[in-house]
Amino acid sequence: MDISALFFALVAIVAVVSALLVVTCKNPINSALSLIMTFFCIATFYVMLHAPFMAAIQVIVYAGAIMVLIVFTIMLLNIRTDANRKAFHNTALGTVLGIMTLLLASTFLARGKIIDLPGVITPELIQQVGHTELIGTVMFTEFILPFEVTSILLLSAIVGAVVLSKRNLS
Amino acid sequence: MDNLSNYLVLSAILFSIGTIGVLVRKNVIVMFMCIELMLNAVNLTFVALSRHLGNLDGQIFVFFTMTVAAAEAAVGLALIIAFFKNRESIDANDANLMKW
Repeated sequence: MDISALFFALVAIVAVVSALLVVTCKNPINSALSLIMTFFCIATFYVMLHAPFMAAIQVIVYAGAIMVLIVFTIMLLNIRTDANRKAFHNTALGTVLGIMTLLLASTFLARGKIIDLPGVITPELIQQVGHTELIGTVMFTEFILPFEVTSILLLSAIVGAVVLSKRNLS
Repeated sequence: MDNLSNYLVLSAILFSIGTIGVLVRKNVIVMFMCIELMLNAVNLTFVALSRHLGNLDGQIFVFFTMTVAAAEAAVGLALIIAFFKNRESIDANDANLMKW
């Protein structure tokens, strides 16, 4: 077992354990902190997959922006964790359905065949040109229309958030 | 390449954990966080396959998924706050107006 496989196993275990903690922790703030841990593990995987720009975006957008928003909401709502109130429902059925999802995905993975169709983007090219530049070239030439549509999506999200958080619409 | 199937299995596991969380938890904010977890599992699949195929299209997709997730976070948390203002609760079982 070489060192990268060992590192992969270590980070994978941390990711799965913290994902389980997201589900099992009763206090939402503990869930949020575990989710940040999972996001950092996924960012580590992106670095291992030679995608450093995606890792940076993962840390900035997910672990930074989205999680700050979630933690802020938890703080604003100031929910008291009631000990006598149940935090879970339908535990058995939900777990069975989740495991069935896992079995379905594993069946697809076991039956599917991974094709070897090596493209032009190799780790050497990423090392040489830089990942951000490669992403930028593709995004602003081939994917310029989806990129522009994204801005409309963000605008509508801003308008939606403002409308929803107004107290009374008249 | 055995490395790729490791990543795919890992993201299948993370996705299933997210599914269990959405189905099992009652707290709306935790359900929301589990949805983010599922989105991240899919993103990991995209990046792993993109690396394997030597093609950047999957990573562009991840970029767009992240944008959608950010928009979803803004609108979803505003919805949760509006729900809390109405019901004084963030329990998913209290949203029972359309329950059959």
